[in-house]
Amino acid sequence: MLKLQGRVIKEGKAHGFALVSPEPIGFLGGVDPETGVVVEPGHPLRGQSVAGKVLAFPGGKGSTVGSYVLYRLAFKGVAPLAILNESSEAIVAVGAIIANIPMVDQIEIGRIQTGDEVTVDGEWVMVQRVARRKPPASG
Amino acid sequence: MLRPYTRGSIIGRVTTMRLTQQEQKMLSGKEGPAAQKAMEIVAALGKIYGAADLVPVESVQVAGVSYKNLGDAGIQFLREWARQGARVRVPTLLNPAGADMENWHALGIPEEFVLRQLEVLDAYAQMGIPATCSCAPYLIGNVPRLGDHLAWSESSAVSFANSVLGARTNREGGPSALAAAICGRTARYGLHLTENRRATHVVRVLCPLRTEVDFGVLGYIVGKRVGSGVPYFSRNGIAWNGEGVSATLRLRALAAAMAASGAVALFHVQGVTPESELDGIIRPDAQEIEIESLEEGYEKLSAPLRRIDFVSIGCPHASLEELSDIAKYLAGRRVRATLWITTARATRERAMAAGWAQAIEKAGGHVVSDTCLVVAPVEALGVRNMATNSAKMAFYAPSHSGLQVRLGTMTECLEAAVEGRWVSRRRRAC
Repeated sequence: MLKLQGRVIKEGKAHGFALVSPEPIGFLGGVDPETGVVVEPGHPLRGQSVAGKVLAFPGGKGSTVGSYVLYRLAFKGVAPLAILNESSEAIVAVGAIIANIPMVDQIEIGRIQTGDEVTVDGEWVMVQRVARRKPPASG
Repeated sequence: MLRPYTRGSIIGRVTTMRLTQQEQKMLSGKEGPAAQKAMEIVAALGKIYGAADLVPVESVQVAGVSYKNLGDAGIQFLREWARQGARVRVPTLLNPAGADMENWHALGIPEEFVLRQLEVLDAYAQMGIPATCSCAPYLIGNVPRLGDHLAWSESSAVSFANSVLGARTNREGGPSALAAAICGRTARYGLHLTENRRATHVVRVLCPLRTEVDFGVLGYIVGKRVGSGVPYFSRNGIAWNGEGVSATLRLRALAAAMAASGAVALFHVQGVTPESELDGIIRPDAQEIEIESLEEGYEKLSAPLRRIDFVSIGCPHASLEELSDIAKYLAGRRVRATLWITTARATRERAMAAGWAQAIEKAGGHVVSDTCLVVAPVEALGVRNMATNSAKMAFYAPSHSGLQVRLGTMTECLEAAVEGRWVSRRRRAC
């Protein structure tokens, strides 16, 4: 098991499977606020839902209204369980706080893979590799 | 500047921010859940951007007011915070709402929209924030002083307060500004620190700037070039001050456009803005930019429209001086196109007292308060071709409201409003 230490942005505990994006996420226009599905054209997570996942990505981008999108996801019950960033910025940090989503930054995202079982507890992030990353779909 | 920690260099570093006893009380929840959430936001931003401590703010200006941007989740969020007991500790004003809250019916704004908008304003009122909705609070009595720390959101107001007035504010998001109002503090980072107020670019303008629109178009071009940098304009024989339109309106048009096309929150103008003469105001590694022509900006922002069915003046919100000029121009005339002059309610009331608002309305124009075209549901008005004197408006209207735009001076726009088509044959600056 891998144990990573980060910096608490929003205190909390969570346990679930990881969804990892190598690219930043812009929530306004990038994630459907009703379903939690990533809709940004060309985004590596396009078509996947952030709902109920430990969502790991380098950091946020885009409009400050993105904070409200995180709140809206939580309101609809389709928010991520927790957010892990390499370096956080205001949009996602404020969104996590107002939506009560545990958030830790200064985490090396590259050490986590989609499908890993992750426990977030304050500044600690425990990563258990339970599934290999799926091979890319053919065609 | 304003850059969060990057991977590798600081990972694992523990940063501590000094909090006073009262700030710690708020953070621990001893002043209630609303103050706790607000302090969590302020403290998290301080942590992210490496602030040493928090700084009390003199005033706050909150974006995230129009229902068009907030949606139902936004209303829910504001209500919940108000219900938890959120109350502001410092004078706080709002950005424009999505509708004129008195005249909406005559302006064609749908009733359901107005009802939702009222819910937003009610939630803010519960927190102690009056429904003074303006993107130019400095025109209606909230004039920050040199060195004041603020937490303002509206990008053009942020730039005007930092640059022209010498106050200190970062460009806050809606919830972070509101958090600062509830705590009475913001984290001391970014433009609150003298070091970050030094110019990153020196701009030399080599073509003449004749009208307020030229200043806006210049802002559009420079904003795209410098992004979130701090430009310093050398004087270069430009009439930054006076000649017809006041310096305030020129610098405001410049500020608004630079903040829209880029993320410029502070600029200096040699010998004009208050920090421009300070020692070391230009960083030694500042890049030089020369602007030889405004043509590229005009081409991007302005289409050669003939028919004009909508004219927008007042982005940012019109001053009393502008309302007086418009009233004079429209005396004895009648507009064919829909004419909206957006302004703060307080300014509208002063224009009423002077008889100017009535004169404009007699000519068929609307003096619209509380709102602006960028955040109003313009789709509902059924208009297509807009004339405006605001480069900022020309930048946003095509994507936000699906309108085509022709850019010109205030007089050219009023002329187009009267004729219902563009009539000016003036050649643009350079």
